[in-house]
Amino acid sequence: MTTATKFASVSDFEKGGVEVIGNDQPRRYLFSNLFDVAAKSQPWERVVVAKNLEFTIECARAEGESPWYLSGHDETVLVMEGTLAVHFVQPAVVPGGAGNGATRLSGTPSGKVMGHVRLQAGHLALLPAGAAYQIRPAGLCVVLFQSLLGAESIERWAEICQH
Amino acid sequence: MTSSVKPPVVHRDAHRSIRDPRYGYHSFEIGSFKFQRDEYFVRVTYPKGTYVVDVGNFLRAMMRDVAWGFFYGWVNFDEVFGTVNRYGTVDVFVGSYNAGYVAASTDFSECFDSATLFTCFKALLKDWTNEGYDPFAAPLETGSPYGSRHGNNDQAVDFQRELADRFVGLPGDSQPRTDARGFPVNRHFDDVPQHEPEVHAEPGFEGQLAAFNLFAYLSRSPVTWNPSVVSIVGESAYCPTSEEHILPILHGNDRVEWFLQLSDEITWQVADKATAAPRAVITMKAGDVAAMPADISHRGFSPKRSMLLVWENMTPGLEQRYASGELAPTAAEF
Repeated sequence: MTTATKFASVSDFEKGGVEVIGNDQPRRYLFSNLFDVAAKSQPWERVVVAKNLEFTIECARAEGESPWYLSGHDETVLVMEGTLAVHFVQPAVVPGGAGNGATRLSGTPSGKVMGHVRLQAGHLALLPAGAAYQIRPAGLCVVLFQSLLGAESIERWAEICQH
Repeated sequence: MTSSVKPPVVHRDAHRSIRDPRYGYHSFEIGSFKFQRDEYFVRVTYPKGTYVVDVGNFLRAMMRDVAWGFFYGWVNFDEVFGTVNRYGTVDVFVGSYNAGYVAASTDFSECFDSATLFTCFKALLKDWTNEGYDPFAAPLETGSPYGSRHGNNDQAVDFQRELADRFVGLPGDSQPRTDARGFPVNRHFDDVPQHEPEVHAEPGFEGQLAAFNLFAYLSRSPVTWNPSVVSIVGESAYCPTSEEHILPILHGNDRVEWFLQLSDEITWQVADKATAAPRAVITMKAGDVAAMPADISHRGFSPKRSMLLVWENMTPGLEQRYASGELAPTAAEF
């Protein structure tokens, strides 16, 4: 048998699916494919592909520099395709009134440069609470954010899920 | 307000064990249950009958139940026998979630103090696991569970899964897997890139930025069907795991659980949690995402070692909110 590990990408993915037995409904399983979602998304739309009450996993087509984001809680980013850098700034002024999830900042935040990380497919990075971040992809990338439901989160279950 | 439902009697007496000279194994008794093993099978006797199962299947399931501290919700060893975690107490049952057993009134369940039951199950697992057999390993990577008692494999039975407090790689937290730490790349993942991210922290911010190669981390998992924890956001946890052969339990959900297939393919058999009636078959390929609702049980089949990201919600009391009907069993409606 072959033991080649099969990963996928926007240009090379194959979806599985839900086969129901009896009167169950496929929509209960919220089945989607993150590369399919990325293929049909605008750059930096944060499409919710998994939701557990207020917690989310959001899929983004990472193409071109992202806006600067800030969150009051930790987030993570998992690179599923491509190569990118994440740059961090400790903002001099933290906007008030922010709820859960990522907040999109207007422009580049002023403050201390914290550093950056360079990531490839399979790499998982911490987006620390209170650190503004911008993602700079080298070409088309697909990323997953582990976050909370917020103003940037987009729910379009009927469009992305088998039903 | 008073409730007409009586709380269950909680058994707190320690288990008893006696060595069986025929095979060299001990038998174990706790509450009304008696557990015995011979060269091939496990026999569980309880007030309403007898349950028999292949010892390899039993040990693989027992290994997970013990290592996960009874996990979230139902750990069904098969369609008949299992445990339910009540978080402080644990139910041990035969047939309670099988429509045939319930209809015949041959179902039986007893409630145990978690620590007391854990001590019993751990002692059983150590006594019944022979030298050369690892119940955490894929069948092609370990020896046989069968035969009379010979030696032990306490190192395998005592395996501790890695649980990050916040994020793998932060100072003082769980660390990436390496050869030096005793985690060689698995035979099925020798084509997985091992490069690590570059982390450049400016002076004053050392230790605040962190990143690691999750795919490499999973390629070095020495066991199967055993989630680690690599990142925590609020009460949500990324629990990635490498899978090969069959999930040794049917996990009955007491909350919604999510699966993201990172590589290769797994097929899931989904059944009704209360009756064991089949409900669905879900095939997941690389990039697929699916929710396991709070009213089902599931068992996975992975023909090649694959990478699965399990995503859990650890919010305290969540199981009661689903059980009471406050929360719908599905994660989202559309």
